[in-house]
Amino acid sequence: MSVLRDLRSSAVDTLATVGELAALLVRLTAASPRAFLRIDLIGAQIYNAGALSLVIIMLSGLFVGMVLGLQGFQLLQRFGSEEALGTAAAIGLVKELGPVVTALLFAGRAGTALASELGLMRATDQLSAMEMMAVDPIQRVVVPRFLGGVIAMPLLAAIFSMIGLYGAQLIGVQIMGVDSGSFWSQMRASVAIGDINEGIVKSLVFGVACSLIAVYEGYNAVPTAEGVSRATTRTVVNSAVLTLFLDYLITASFL
Amino acid sequence: MNQAPPIIEISDLNYAVGGRAIFSGLDMQIPRGSVTAIMGPSGTGKTTLLRLITRQLRADSGKVRVGGLDVDSLTRPALYELRRRMGMLFQNGALLTDLDVFENVAFPLREHTQLPERLIRQLVLIKLQAVGLRGAIDLMPAELSGGMTRRVALARAFVMDPEILLYDEPFVGLDPISMGVILRLIRRLNDVLGITSIVVSHDVQEISSVADLVYLLSGGKVVAQGTPQQLQADKSEVVRQFMGGLADGPVPFHYPAPDYFGELLARDGPT
Repeated sequence: MSVLRDLRSSAVDTLATVGELAALLVRLTAASPRAFLRIDLIGAQIYNAGALSLVIIMLSGLFVGMVLGLQGFQLLQRFGSEEALGTAAAIGLVKELGPVVTALLFAGRAGTALASELGLMRATDQLSAMEMMAVDPIQRVVVPRFLGGVIAMPLLAAIFSMIGLYGAQLIGVQIMGVDSGSFWSQMRASVAIGDINEGIVKSLVFGVACSLIAVYEGYNAVPTAEGVSRATTRTVVNSAVLTLFLDYLITASFL
Repeated sequence: MNQAPPIIEISDLNYAVGGRAIFSGLDMQIPRGSVTAIMGPSGTGKTTLLRLITRQLRADSGKVRVGGLDVDSLTRPALYELRRRMGMLFQNGALLTDLDVFENVAFPLREHTQLPERLIRQLVLIKLQAVGLRGAIDLMPAELSGGMTRRVALARAFVMDPEILLYDEPFVGLDPISMGVILRLIRRLNDVLGITSIVVSHDVQEISSVADLVYLLSGGKVVAQGTPQQLQADKSEVVRQFMGGLADGPVPFHYPAPDYFGELLARDGPT
């Protein structure tokens, strides 16, 4: 019985969290237009979430692309269609790996930074101090960070896919000897605009989801060392699960 | 002691956290233009009281009036309007750690005014000069000592020329020199700027030297009030225990606990 009760209470907690996330999303969206009046604040956050994540995104993109080139080549060779490697790599990267892996890395790199920063601001009374100075911390601190993440994420995903494609080409064409002309021309012929749209929609949605979770966890962190560390952990875990769940939904809706 | 109406009036205030009553029927009046000290043992809710006055928390029942306004009924814009007339010094300073000293002090000006950069700079310099830290203008909060942090936070708290300055435990963890500096600043800012100061503290000697009026809180109520001299002369047990720093008295040394021997002899811990 106690297992059932635990299950029930954790289901209720989860639902409550989803509700709070939705309410926060509405509040952030409503506050967003005004935030663009302070474009410098958003710019600083795009730098924090985006530019500072570039190295990890580019390196990971390169390696993921190289693996894709290797695996794709091995597989396609069995059917004698190595020339399709360009198509396979491009579609795999743009539609799936680019947005998903970028979102996971983004949650680990930028999301945790956001959550712990906000949590520490809460723990050291910085948010209360703003309240006391008649400055709304949501408008001044949370919204720019949220928007910075939302804007940075699609850009990072695009860079990831581009570098990934270079990596696939590096292995497939330069090392395994796939014909360069057919690699690129097949890719250009068969990757449709719909594929790219799917990638863009995914990276936008993941950007909103990961940034939202990070600012929610940070802003509502229990103001202790343990509370901040829990908020950081939950940011990564929840972002990853939500990203993969949303990935399925969006993929299905594009079919 | 003042003919003018008090700037802060608290009547029949009740506030509880998790079933434990922090305040039960608290009454308090803070006269305009004075330095009022709120003292009491740790855990009596002194900081909570400041948060109730500024509506960072809401009372369960009772009235808190600041400048004639009932803070509990204010809309958010009206509350922010009221808070712009107050400055608060947090226990740890609460400086924004990603901004340097100059930007921290300039923060309220940048958020609330459209002043030209030159004027903002002059205002910040004047306030920092008043707290003696004009030379620290380019330092980051992490590079400041505890006393300096609090002085920068103080400069930020009065950069908008508030009517009321609230100090939450301004002396905790300070060396005697920094403590003396903060004490003198509290008195001087109060007199020179003609503001009202409320200081929450349990440093009896220090605060007695600058306060006009002292409220002593215990058990959710005001147990004594008066000038520091009146309180020093007070014969009641609670006041004597607190002012004299005695370990046991009406405020017990022991946190409520079950029978000592019974617990020592019990085999499996409390039953």
